[in-house]
Amino acid sequence: MKLNAANEPIKGIRGKKLSANSKKTTLVRMKEHWELYLVILLPVVYIIVFWYIPMYGAQIAFRDYMVTKGIMGSPWVGLEHFETFFKSFQFARLIKNTLGISLYSIIVGFPAPIILAIAINEAKNRRFKKTVQMVTYAPYFISTVVMVSMLLQLLSPQTGLINNFIKFFGQEPVNFMGKPEFFKSLYVWSGVWQYTGYSAVIYLAALSGIDPTLHEAAIVDGATKLQKIRHIDIPGIMPTIIVLLILTVGHVMNIGFEKIYLMQNNLNMSTSDVISTYVYRIGLIGSQFSFSTAVGLFNSVVNCILLVSVNKLAKKAGGSSLW
Amino acid sequence: MDKKVIANSDKAFVMCNYIFLSIVLMVVLYPLIYIVSSSFSSTSAVVSGKVWFLPVEPSLMGYNAIFKHPHIWIGYKNSLIYMVLGTSINIIMTILAAYPLSRKEFVGKNAIMALFVFTMLFNGGLIPTYLLVNNLGLTNTIWAMVIPNAMAVWYVIIARTYFQTTIPDELYEAAVIDGCRDIKFIVSIVVPLSAPIIAVLSLFYAVGHWNSYFAALIYIKSEKLYPLQIILRNILIQNEIDPNMLVDVRTLLRQQGMKDLLKYSLIVVASLPVLIIYPFVQKYFVKGIMVGALKG
Repeated sequence: MKLNAANEPIKGIRGKKLSANSKKTTLVRMKEHWELYLVILLPVVYIIVFWYIPMYGAQIAFRDYMVTKGIMGSPWVGLEHFETFFKSFQFARLIKNTLGISLYSIIVGFPAPIILAIAINEAKNRRFKKTVQMVTYAPYFISTVVMVSMLLQLLSPQTGLINNFIKFFGQEPVNFMGKPEFFKSLYVWSGVWQYTGYSAVIYLAALSGIDPTLHEAAIVDGATKLQKIRHIDIPGIMPTIIVLLILTVGHVMNIGFEKIYLMQNNLNMSTSDVISTYVYRIGLIGSQFSFSTAVGLFNSVVNCILLVSVNKLAKKAGGSSLW
Repeated sequence: MDKKVIANSDKAFVMCNYIFLSIVLMVVLYPLIYIVSSSFSSTSAVVSGKVWFLPVEPSLMGYNAIFKHPHIWIGYKNSLIYMVLGTSINIIMTILAAYPLSRKEFVGKNAIMALFVFTMLFNGGLIPTYLLVNNLGLTNTIWAMVIPNAMAVWYVIIARTYFQTTIPDELYEAAVIDGCRDIKFIVSIVVPLSAPIIAVLSLFYAVGHWNSYFAALIYIKSEKLYPLQIILRNILIQNEIDPNMLVDVRTLLRQQGMKDLLKYSLIVVASLPVLIIYPFVQKYFVKGIMVGALKG
């Protein structure tokens, strides 16, 4: 949806509304609107400096970067850093964790807002509806740091709420954050808690855009509510679902650094170390600039390929696509 | 199907739906209530797990300890500065980028749009960006917090869509006849007419600044410049608690309780600014997402 919004008007405009201006040559039009170029100069400079120069700088992945020699002065080493990464014992673990956490998040986190949106849409009591929406939306505003510390507090083996319940029933307290096997679930379900309400808003918007006469016709035909959801609501929001799914799958390797990094500790590292935290650790803390850039670059390229191919697939399947 | 059967199954469905939503409501609310209640309880109640729903043995000890901690207030002040400065830069940059892109007479806008959108698909990565910011001499200055993320392409797209749909061409043509050029048109017509979208984007940007810690983690080394989120991380997650805050507490057990109490209070204090404005701006946030979803 995001990229669709970006691209559609571009295609549409050329064909349509040039009639008024088409008598003038391009150069005349550019001259007439020279102020527009002045206006956009600063953003363009910003994008080039802070987004394209780092892309150019990513070539240090193929060099042995030395601070004293700069990017251009450092010697070429070809694919050496990539080979080191593919052969390292970390590689399998990082890919497994990155993909594992990501797929788990998609499987649980993707349908959750759709279900919530449909449920809210079905509730007819205005006040209740508003309350549910407002309350479920609120955790979105909690910062990552606070979110993770809430998790730590609630799960603390000594004084945490969850362990108070466990102790209340006479069981031994569990150190959730210290056990690798809990990490993925904690990450994913706390994410569901925090973001489902926010993500549901988009689907609610799509649901409110469904033609009400369809529902009226279904009532005349004697459809139950469940049938109406299955045959009207879900098909109605399908384009939105597909576009969001493409975007989600396209970012499968890009799981957020911030939350995972805060949730990591020495005990759960075996399941919590992912590519982004690894790049940060060896790159910025360990100062292996070239090697970690190579790891990051590998990640970006895989993501880019995924996004493009998922989009192509969706297009072929005849549904919506981003471009 | 029989009308009665339908009516009955619908009734059951409505019931189940209300029950489901009530459970969702409780699952979201309960942890929040628990944390607020704990922050207002006494150390002994927190450490012995007596708090379940409402505060037990109400006290303000946690909040008192926070008020004595100077770092927290420095962090608050820094975060406020970064938020106001950063959001101002964001809004100016977003309008400067979005307006020309919304004008169909603008030759070359497809190319510029492509230049922008490509950054959403691919980027140079953490290390090259860090090296750039470092080479520009921005690290460990306030500018590292506001310049590298001066503009979000996604919000430029939202603003552009808004301009395209709400500012009619006739308005611009009329302004041209009155001798108004593009820059004057932006300042005196576009900005006043776009107050709703500017409000929405300001809120999105501002919340982003207030809640972010990553930029500070990599670019800021000096404690004086730490935003609130970094200080929170040190206290809440890395357990770096200033011993001065625990002076009133003698036994080890009560110290543990005090630490927990402090953390609960800090969680409340840190989330307060955003949660207070939230109910007032909620409808704008919802609108903002809708504008973004408009084309989808």
